[in-house]
Amino acid sequence: MGFFQAYKMALKSIAGNKVRSFLTMLGVIIGVGSVITAVAFAQGSTKSITDSIEGLGSNIITINITGRGSNRNITYEELKTFAEENSGDISMIAPIVNGNMTLKAGSKSRDTTVIGSNEDYEYIRNRHVQSGRFILSFDNDYKLKTAVIGSAVANDLFEGQNPIGQQIKINGQIFKVVGLLQEIDGGQDSSDDDQVIIPVTVAQRLGRNARISNFTVQAADSATVDPAMAKLTAYLTDKFGNSNAFSVRNQAQMLSTLNSITDTLMIVLGGIAAISLIVGGIGIMNIMLVSVTERTREIGIRKAIGAKRKNIMVQFLIEAIMITGIGGVLGILIGLFCIRFIIGGLKITTPVYSPFWMMLSFGISLGVGIIFGLFPAYKAARLNPIEALRFE
Amino acid sequence: MIQITNMCKIYEMGENSVYALNNVSLHIAKHEFVAIVGPSGSGKSTLMNMLGCLDVPTSGSYYLDGHEVSKLSDNQLAEIRNNKIGFIFQGFNLLKKLTAVENVELPLIYQGVGHKERVRKSIEALELVGLGDRTHHTPNELSGGQQQRVAIARALVSSPPLILADEPTGNLDSKSGTDVMRTLHQLHENGNTIVLITHDNNVAAQAGRIVRIQDGMITEDKEAV
Repeated sequence: MGFFQAYKMALKSIAGNKVRSFLTMLGVIIGVGSVITAVAFAQGSTKSITDSIEGLGSNIITINITGRGSNRNITYEELKTFAEENSGDISMIAPIVNGNMTLKAGSKSRDTTVIGSNEDYEYIRNRHVQSGRFILSFDNDYKLKTAVIGSAVANDLFEGQNPIGQQIKINGQIFKVVGLLQEIDGGQDSSDDDQVIIPVTVAQRLGRNARISNFTVQAADSATVDPAMAKLTAYLTDKFGNSNAFSVRNQAQMLSTLNSITDTLMIVLGGIAAISLIVGGIGIMNIMLVSVTERTREIGIRKAIGAKRKNIMVQFLIEAIMITGIGGVLGILIGLFCIRFIIGGLKITTPVYSPFWMMLSFGISLGVGIIFGLFPAYKAARLNPIEALRFE
Repeated sequence: MIQITNMCKIYEMGENSVYALNNVSLHIAKHEFVAIVGPSGSGKSTLMNMLGCLDVPTSGSYYLDGHEVSKLSDNQLAEIRNNKIGFIFQGFNLLKKLTAVENVELPLIYQGVGHKERVRKSIEALELVGLGDRTHHTPNELSGGQQQRVAIARALVSSPPLILADEPTGNLDSKSGTDVMRTLHQLHENGNTIVLITHDNNVAAQAGRIVRIQDGMITEDKEAV
């Protein structure tokens, strides 16, 4: 008996019991679908964070201030002064305050990431303007309500018009657009083109958080990264009274932290996938056992007519594999749908489509079919033809 | 064709041993039409299982078409059944989801015959039993007599040397029963060896030879008149 024949028989039996077959597949469908969606989400977030870390440029040090274990604080001016005193090691320092705010221009409005920073941000992050000017030091000194906008924002709010010199409302306050950023992400929504940069001193007031928790520092050259980090650490430890209130890290350290987070995430995802596929597999085994019992007479007839154990075994095994295989394909389709319309639609992150994970989860679902189909198939193959024929 | 010598089949029921077949010896020649008759519990079903290679005896030998089959394994028995025996059952035992021609094809599938050849032979077999116009009907769309004739087509499609019919008319009205018996006679005239198992003396009387079995032993073996 050829495989093609077994395949046709399995298809017929699955099609003859559509609802049951579908419910049996559901475990695998949900398992595969959620794995694919979760992986696309995780890899998408990881990629966007990696990109932004790598996009920082060279010799970058980031400072994160949590304030843990200390009631003291540090201001932008203090760090700026410290940087100027150590200009041999530190060439630039950009504070970063960001948040999602509502933008309005005329009758149009949109929610966008607003970043508060200073003139150094332009060089540290490589975000130059295509027209107008970037935020300058006097914008911060005089707390001017000026804004530099990304192309996605400009295209939406000032369709076709030159945005420079226009007014824009951010959280109800009127700002003047002074610059338009170069397009770096194709002008897509939720990308780096969907941003507005304003003076950090203004952003602090706007967001009602007087404290800046993020600074990006550029060392003078690659040789001064380590001394700059050491000096910053010493200065901040002195300032806060302990070293738990902040962290000072360079690019390589940030990437390795991110990688360890990604690894953990993947282990968790793998665990979820494994559990859901095992649950799906148990469901399949259950139904296959019921199916073997229901079809005892059929098995008896086939054996009386001359089917060997191997023939019966292959028939039921292929049926189980086909159920999980079809489930796997449907799961991938549903996963793709979720990625496109849920992750993509809600603009949570830009998802990464991973053919490797799709193939892997499809392969695993076939494996589940084999493993959990084996016992029912073995049971069917072992049936005694006389008793099977007598079965009502 | 069939040579059974001193065959015993013993079932252990707790501490008792039940002799379903007690020292049975039987010879059936090629082209014979033999009816095995006996009341229920006589051992005729056990004998039928032995003849059909569905089970192996506890002791004794069984030569079928020149092969000793009493000591074979499950898979070897399946191969013998596939190649040497065509079964006709009381309850037809067709697969409900398959069409007539697909049911008839089954023994050929397990023989590894190619698709075209299978369909050709199956349709020939169905034409032989007078169902050439019902090839794509499922069992539910056929009458009892027609279903039994599909089963007969299935039994003869691979031209086995032995056709084994277990109460083939038991579930049929008398007209359909007569039709089925006529088909069996036709097969006999075409040169097939047929063993018919029944409890009905009128059916048995249509065979060329009647073997009576009682309490696991052959009590009578005579030519029919």
